Amino acid sequence: MSYPIVEKKELAPNTVMMQVHAPLLTKKIRPGQFIIVRVTPNGERIPLSISGWDRDKGTVRIIVQAVGRTSTELIHLNMGDSIEDVVGPLGQPSHTDHYGTCVLIGGGYGTGAIIPIAGDLKALGNKVIAIIGARTKELVLMEDELRTICHRVEVSTNDGSSGVKGLVTDALAEILKQEPVHMVTAIGPVPMMKAVSEMTRPLHIRTYVSLNAIMVDGTGMCGSCRVGVGGTTKFACIDGPDFDGHQVNFEELVYRQRMYIPYEKKAMELCACKEKNQ
Amino acid sequence: MSGPISNKDRMQIPLQDMPEQEPDARVNNFCEVPLGYLEEAALTEARRCLDGCKAPCIKGCPVGIDIPAFIKKIEERDFIGAARSLKKYNLLPAICGRVCPQQEQCELVCVISKKGLAVGIGRLERFAADYERMSGLIEVPDVALPTGKRIAVVGSGPAGLTGASELARCGHKVTIFEALHRPGGVLVYGIPRFRLPIDVIDNEIEILKKMGVEIICNAVIGKTLTIDDLFAEGFDAVLIGTGAGLPYFMDIPGENLCGIYSANEFLTRVNLMRADLFPESLTPVFLGKKVAIIGAGDTAMDASRTSARLHPEKVTVYYRRSREEAPCLPREREHAEQEGVEFKFLTNPVRFIGDDNYFVKAMECVKMELGEPDASGRRSPRPIPGSNFIEEVDTVIMALGFGVNPIIKETTPGLETNKKGIIIVDPATGKTSREGVYAAGDIITGGATVIKAMGQAKIAARSIHEYLLSKAFTVTA
Repeated sequence: MSYPIVEKKELAPNTVMMQVHAPLLTKKIRPGQFIIVRVTPNGERIPLSISGWDRDKGTVRIIVQAVGRTSTELIHLNMGDSIEDVVGPLGQPSHTDHYGTCVLIGGGYGTGAIIPIAGDLKALGNKVIAIIGARTKELVLMEDELRTICHRVEVSTNDGSSGVKGLVTDALAEILKQEPVHMVTAIGPVPMMKAVSEMTRPLHIRTYVSLNAIMVDGTGMCGSCRVGVGGTTKFACIDGPDFDGHQVNFEELVYRQRMYIPYEKKAMELCACKEKNQ
Repeated sequence: MSGPISNKDRMQIPLQDMPEQEPDARVNNFCEVPLGYLEEAALTEARRCLDGCKAPCIKGCPVGIDIPAFIKKIEERDFIGAARSLKKYNLLPAICGRVCPQQEQCELVCVISKKGLAVGIGRLERFAADYERMSGLIEVPDVALPTGKRIAVVGSGPAGLTGASELARCGHKVTIFEALHRPGGVLVYGIPRFRLPIDVIDNEIEILKKMGVEIICNAVIGKTLTIDDLFAEGFDAVLIGTGAGLPYFMDIPGENLCGIYSANEFLTRVNLMRADLFPESLTPVFLGKKVAIIGAGDTAMDASRTSARLHPEKVTVYYRRSREEAPCLPREREHAEQEGVEFKFLTNPVRFIGDDNYFVKAMECVKMELGEPDASGRRSPRPIPGSNFIEEVDTVIMALGFGVNPIIKETTPGLETNKKGIIIVDPATGKTSREGVYAAGDIITGGATVIKAMGQAKIAARSIHEYLLSKAFTVTA
């Protein structure tokens, strides 16, 4: 099998949007689900968030930031190239419902994943506010598209080059002062999801986080993605990826995500694409 | 060759050894360990099968192979004929000859085993199948005229491959849906290639394709499409053969530490993803110096022997019962022992201890003793109070058995399962509670053997064929 890339756009340095032709896969996608890709015949299987799809065209959209060997190889594919394997949609859909006011927080490449959820929540009659977090202005992703969907979009950058200067939690704190919030979803780096969950915990605001654990099969067969939630072990691939942020053992998740760092470095040293990144 | 051999003479022939790679050599490679019979050994071994025997072995075989018939063909030097005779009953003889528990089945009841060692039925099965494959004279089974019926087979492991083949032979158009990127199921992700070489599986899959079976990989039924979607897309029946892939853990403290794997994950990383070739293959596997395998079934043996090939200092199997209760095949335990794997029986972990980086560095174990027989008939183990001790380990592989995957159950209304999620079927037909949906293999047993899955798949395939015929001749009002 092979899955052609039918569109590619660079969104920021080392970060691209791709539309991948995978018609069978698009039939049942729901917001919050993910795919697993294997870029080359000797490649590893990595999970990626879905940031959109087109059932008529049979395409699924992903936003990829080059962080390791596989994602680096992936962003160096061009239109017309193919991904060796794409499987999905995997995981449980997000908990979309009529809540009232929802704040969706995207950090870095996680911003893509909040788009389908925002669309669904809006269709269900919620007021939808998005917060996009990035280090600096040129790394702010998908702002225009989110503005077409959401009632309000806030941006936070560490250096203040766009929107609020600071972190997504600074922008969230502002919103929480201004109006009642009934649901928060945060997708992005673990420290960001953890900080958001800590902020909403004392306020008892329902908070979901989407966990990017290391996976192999993505269908519950291996247990690589096991994560502590509320004192029990869950599999992020079939029980998640969304979990109650107030229940997740983030410390464990961070440690488990780091398990293969020496291997990732080794694989990266041997990556032919590496020079192109400089 | 001389004239007929008397049974008395046949009884005098010793069991022919099958050559194996030496332990010192084989721990440095993933090549097959038993090397198979050469022609002369196969001919000699075939002569050990008695003439006019009542052949209890046939009843001992889950798929009822006419064992004396194929062995007689070998004795007559008609090796291709032997393979074809086997394939009337079993489409995957090269696989079963290698992984079947013959000592518990056909060979257990072999008449001469009462006075000595049973005929090496598995070894002869393997010989005939390998001879056919290597001769290039493989026969693609005849396929009946197209019936116009389409059948979806979910999963491409032993049950799926067997079911697909049986149904294709009946003239149905079969499509296999496989969740992983490569077909073969447990034969490729679970069973190591030193027990079952990958070309043996690929060969079987090629034959299926030549019979007109379509295989769609990267399709997770229940996610990519549901069973209901398959009917909506025009399939007339569905055979579920998704196996029992959900690993059990012990639910003890520290189990999520880095360096603790399920056997499924460890084996998938090495077998399917080729982590043994890292970084040429990009999937890593972490293996420290002191590896602990928890459990003593066949999967535990596969995990221990795979570990041994990745050269840690020490591989130890920990099992809560004694050697006698270990569920693995004795030959697999022997192979593991030859490869330097140690065994600690009547020992069970109670918690895992991590280092500053959240990697496992030790496990606390407790000594066990055997009490009264439990529901399985085995004496149940109980901890000896105060016998706790610490073992230094830096990799742990949990091989505690499997549950069934919930994905199909969750997405198929009306599909009855028991409380473990095992799909309930009529054992005589493989029929589930949903019309047109049949199931076979570990998904209906919770975990058994390759050959049992194949036997059930044959039954289910026959029922599907009858169901489709009966429907074709039923006039609906």
